[in-house]
Amino acid sequence: MTNVVLPELGEGIEKATISYWYFNPGERVTEKEDLVEITTDKATFNLPSPVSGIVSEIFFHEGDSVNIGEILAVIDEG
Amino acid sequence: MVTVLRKTGTVLKPNRDGSHIYDFLENRPRTSTEPSLRFKVFDLGLVDFKKALEAQKEVYSRVKNGEQFSALIFCRHHPVITLGRSSSRKNILATEVDLISGGIEVCETGRGGDVTYHGPGSMNVYPIINLSFFKKDIHWFLRTLEEVVINLLSDFGIKGLRLAGLTGVWTGIAGEEKKIASIGIAIRHWITLHGLSIIIKEADLKKFQYIRPCGMDIKMTSLETLLGRDIEMEEIKEILIRKFEAEFTRHANMVNS
Repeated sequence: MTNVVLPELGEGIEKATISYWYFNPGERVTEKEDLVEITTDKATFNLPSPVSGIVSEIFFHEGDSVNIGEILAVIDEG
Repeated sequence: MVTVLRKTGTVLKPNRDGSHIYDFLENRPRTSTEPSLRFKVFDLGLVDFKKALEAQKEVYSRVKNGEQFSALIFCRHHPVITLGRSSSRKNILATEVDLISGGIEVCETGRGGDVTYHGPGSMNVYPIINLSFFKKDIHWFLRTLEEVVINLLSDFGIKGLRLAGLTGVWTGIAGEEKKIASIGIAIRHWITLHGLSIIIKEADLKKFQYIRPCGMDIKMTSLETLLGRDIEMEEIKEILIRKFEAEFTRHANMVNS
């Protein structure tokens, strides 16, 4: 199991908004493939999956605000 | 303008892909670990928004596949209203008839931000830059784009302003600021897409009545309006290249000092 964490995006940026999930729970994702798009300020940012596996859990919906460092999803490599 | 450029960087003959290479750090000692500041400058001229999007994607793929360059794509668009990721269609005030009679297209984009308008009198710069070579910091990159515009305006004796909490560049007196440059970007694998749009020609301003820029009641202005004279787009392009050069060279110098 690997946690997908909202990474540091820049100085003074404390949170971002989930704008689009490329995958639903239960779907298979490949390492480095775009997993989720987030939005901050005037930027959209695509977060790639850190590993290959099944998206087992997604903790935030599109439109939700998330703090840097929070876990967005869990990928099951098994 | 080109002669000024030659003092600090080298302008080579156009490449096969139509770009010009500006090696920003050519006349400066470089450490071996330092990223190349080689910038390819593409000038698409007056193009459809979608065509420019394709060009961006093509350059993006090359950078993502490891080619060692950054790119500045310059272009102007046929009238188009573009929607960012946070856009609401409600911020388009034009009727279907307005759009058709004005020859205005409406395009959805993957950039951040809300609705904006681009006309042939606005200069767009879409930097395709791998921020891993500079600074993986969205805030830094957005402020750098603003700085480029502020420095451009300063060359014309105009004071460009940032407004707290808002991205873009404004001018004018406190409380009555007008926006002259809009910024909206996308970042994939820390490589940037989309960028900035600066209103140069006064003729473009009328069309902003068709939208609520960025979803707010913002007043827009143009460089020509501020100066009260005509401005050549080519002149703007050359100045912008030098301002990008200055910002990115300054950053590289800071990192390596």
